[in-house]
Amino acid sequence: MTKQKLIVIGAGMATGRMLEHLTDAALDAFDITLFNAEPRGNYNRIMLSPVLAGDKTYEEIITHDDAWYAARNITCRFGEAVAGIDRTAKTVTAANGDVLTYDKLVFGTGSTPFMIPLPGHDLEGVIAYRDLEDTEAMMAMGTGKKVVVIGGGLLGLEAAAGMAARGVEVTVVHIMGHLMERQLDEAAGYLLKSSLEAKGITVKLRANSKAILGADGRVRALLLEDGTELPCDLLVMAVGIRPNVALAQGAGLAVGRGIHVDDQMVTSDADVLAVGECVEHDGTLFGLVAPLYDQARVAAQTLLGEAAVFKQKTLSTKLKVTGCDLFSAGDFADGEGREDIVFRDPARGVYKRLVIEGTRLVGAVMYGDTADSTWFFGLIQSGEDISEMRETLIFGPAFQGGASVDPLSAVAALPPEAEICGCNGICKGTIVTAIEGGASDLGAVRSTTKASASCGTCTGLVEQLLQLTLGDEFQKPAAQPICGCCDLTHEDVRRLIKSQELKSQEAVWQELGWKTRNGCHVCRPAVNFYLLADWPLEYQDDPQSRFVNERKHANIQKDGTFSVVPRMWGGITNPTELRAIADAADKYNVPTVKVTGGQRIDLLGVKGEDLPFIWADLNKAGLVSGHAYSKGLRTVKTCVGTDHCRFGTQDSTGLGIKLEQTLWGSWTPHKVKLAVSGCPRNCAEATCKDVGIICVDSGYQVGVAGAAGMDVKETERLVDVPTEADAIDWTVAFIQLYRENAKYLDRPYKWVAKVGLGWVKDKLSDADERARLIAAFELSQTIYRKDPWAEHAKEAERFQPLADLTLEAAE
Amino acid sequence: MSWIDICAIGDIPLRGARKIKTALGCVAVFRTDVEEVFAATNSCPHKGGPLSEGIVHGQSVTCPLHNWVFDLNTGQAKGEAGAITTFPAQVREGRVWIDSTSLVARSAA
Repeated sequence: MTKQKLIVIGAGMATGRMLEHLTDAALDAFDITLFNAEPRGNYNRIMLSPVLAGDKTYEEIITHDDAWYAARNITCRFGEAVAGIDRTAKTVTAANGDVLTYDKLVFGTGSTPFMIPLPGHDLEGVIAYRDLEDTEAMMAMGTGKKVVVIGGGLLGLEAAAGMAARGVEVTVVHIMGHLMERQLDEAAGYLLKSSLEAKGITVKLRANSKAILGADGRVRALLLEDGTELPCDLLVMAVGIRPNVALAQGAGLAVGRGIHVDDQMVTSDADVLAVGECVEHDGTLFGLVAPLYDQARVAAQTLLGEAAVFKQKTLSTKLKVTGCDLFSAGDFADGEGREDIVFRDPARGVYKRLVIEGTRLVGAVMYGDTADSTWFFGLIQSGEDISEMRETLIFGPAFQGGASVDPLSAVAALPPEAEICGCNGICKGTIVTAIEGGASDLGAVRSTTKASASCGTCTGLVEQLLQLTLGDEFQKPAAQPICGCCDLTHEDVRRLIKSQELKSQEAVWQELGWKTRNGCHVCRPAVNFYLLADWPLEYQDDPQSRFVNERKHANIQKDGTFSVVPRMWGGITNPTELRAIADAADKYNVPTVKVTGGQRIDLLGVKGEDLPFIWADLNKAGLVSGHAYSKGLRTVKTCVGTDHCRFGTQDSTGLGIKLEQTLWGSWTPHKVKLAVSGCPRNCAEATCKDVGIICVDSGYQVGVAGAAGMDVKETERLVDVPTEADAIDWTVAFIQLYRENAKYLDRPYKWVAKVGLGWVKDKLSDADERARLIAAFELSQTIYRKDPWAEHAKEAERFQPLADLTLEAAE
Repeated sequence: MSWIDICAIGDIPLRGARKIKTALGCVAVFRTDVEEVFAATNSCPHKGGPLSEGIVHGQSVTCPLHNWVFDLNTGQAKGEAGAITTFPAQVREGRVWIDSTSLVARSAA
């Protein structure tokens, strides 16, 4: 049998492996010529990250050297590109004009990194992360240099970690909400971000790049959409790859996103095969090495005339960054009948999530402890029935006993300097020392350290410390956790958000040992409020963690329509506003118009789709949201005071309007209603409000913690003050103290009953503390004092149905 | 099956929902994870609450009117005798697809 002529285009990992299989099986079957545009043979491209990090040298990752090619009788034409292919004549034309005939041709042209066409992308110092030249450019960076990496995927992060290990100041810019979003869920993404930040890498999420700025033809900085400039000496784009198909396309082969191949790796021409990152098989492209090796084996067998089938398999991912133990495999999306098992150990920074479909394991994400990943990956691939071990599956192969997760782990993980008692500034170490010194119950801890001796909201945490330190000697009273997702009370979670500086929901779920993937309808709104109250600048409100009324900025009614209540400052309105309200009621066929108990006008029965339009109309008349739906400031009721009333002692209307203008838009643990009455006759009914002010000749009586709902309760006097400005200060400080300390869904009267009015008075009587509270409230209001209706009216399409399938569905 | 391209995945907020109109009433499309969607009838069997307005958590949704919790895999209400109809939905290359034949099948049933 005469030797067949085989030409291979591209010396990459896939063709390299194929040539190994081919020459191992039949050394003399083919007369092989290997073209490669790069002036070198095959090296292990996925090991470039360890080369960058300094863990390996280039020589160590060369897979095929000259001797190897010589031993296999392969003619190497390295540094030579292929100029064209004539499939009818079955010839390949090299760049230098040589024409070579072939019997079989294999494409291994690989892929090109995708460069985002930002202004300035062609500046010197803007590179991809693909080959040895790129790696060398990154290795040239050292201490004192700054690098920006665009792309928080596998490759981008390996590049970032490699350079950070060399002392480079690295910033990763990622457009999505968490890192490696294709392989990881949010929880693992959060842990990965924390690990990278601990290595000194800055991570910017949800960041859109706008332009690359240069000086003298060289990159100087990356400009983001929000105006931030990130100075850099080198900019690495690692945002994805595109198969190299131009040559195949020129040769007339069937090409989609990649070169189309069948299960035997044969293209639309029976004598032409393709393997690696340049192919498209069954709609899928390939970037990871495992399927490439499978393709290489199948292609070799096909060339040898053996029957072989390439089958796409479940893939797993591991990040090659020292200290970031991360693993993901299988499928997380598109599940009918799927369930999650979640395990978190905050003390060790461990997160594991298994996705189960029926009796099979179909996906796994692990962070921090990936020791069992091979076992889980095996279960995913084999599809074996796991129902017998389901209960203990998450604990891995070594453990099939059944211990439960330790509810104390979140507190155990706290460092000694973590503050437990915010009132008295007592940290964990001090409390543990006191317990070890003989304080064996809550009372003793309180008297020796003052911890939990003031407002008492850290009691749960102190009790957990007693239990941790004393073990079984201490019997902790049963505390009510927020919900089934965690073992901590509202007060514990609030305290820990502050002391551990938890600034995202993912951080809370992980560090406080949440047992579910992303909470439930009970804990999500509470955690969302605690985060935005404590970290107004750092945390961004999450509408999807809000009850429908606060997400839609309108009150849902029992028939699914909404009610719309415009704000009337202090209950004052005018003919223009009333006309606008009347016009809106006509235009949107509002069935019911009602005057509310809070001195407002309520338009009931508005359709959800109409909301942005009715808001826009009301906005035009100067009307803004009345927040009649929010756990926030609702209304300030007033009487007419000295303006018209013969008994009025002060300008109660004016004070009411000022208070409402100061407080509006703020979120609070529950709704907050105020009233200001101009004299003790109290026409504004101020004595049953959350804050009620009664004007008297000598000044203002500020009362708090009233109620007129399920419970009826008169306000208690907080303070008497001489001036209007004092009355506003005390009111704002009281509301901020409530925002910082109360349990979600406790009205002020319930919260004050728990902490005691004496404690509230002590806090607010301290002029420094009062000033701090007012400043903190003002800071938060720089974000939240704005009209949500105006904001939402701009996004009217969000309120419309996604699609109308009325016609399609009826066919 | 006959898949219809409904929208880009980004049109539905993460852990949120949007609704689509069909001849048989509204269908809610829930986005439970970055690339995970479910579709089901929008109306709660209890008092008709709009489920697309509920809080989406795990692979469940809570009705905004009276907190009935539905498993989006099966449509079954947790701890209640009631269920919603679910429809095949999937994410492919950043687009959300829903099976239109199942919507028709429901009308024939």
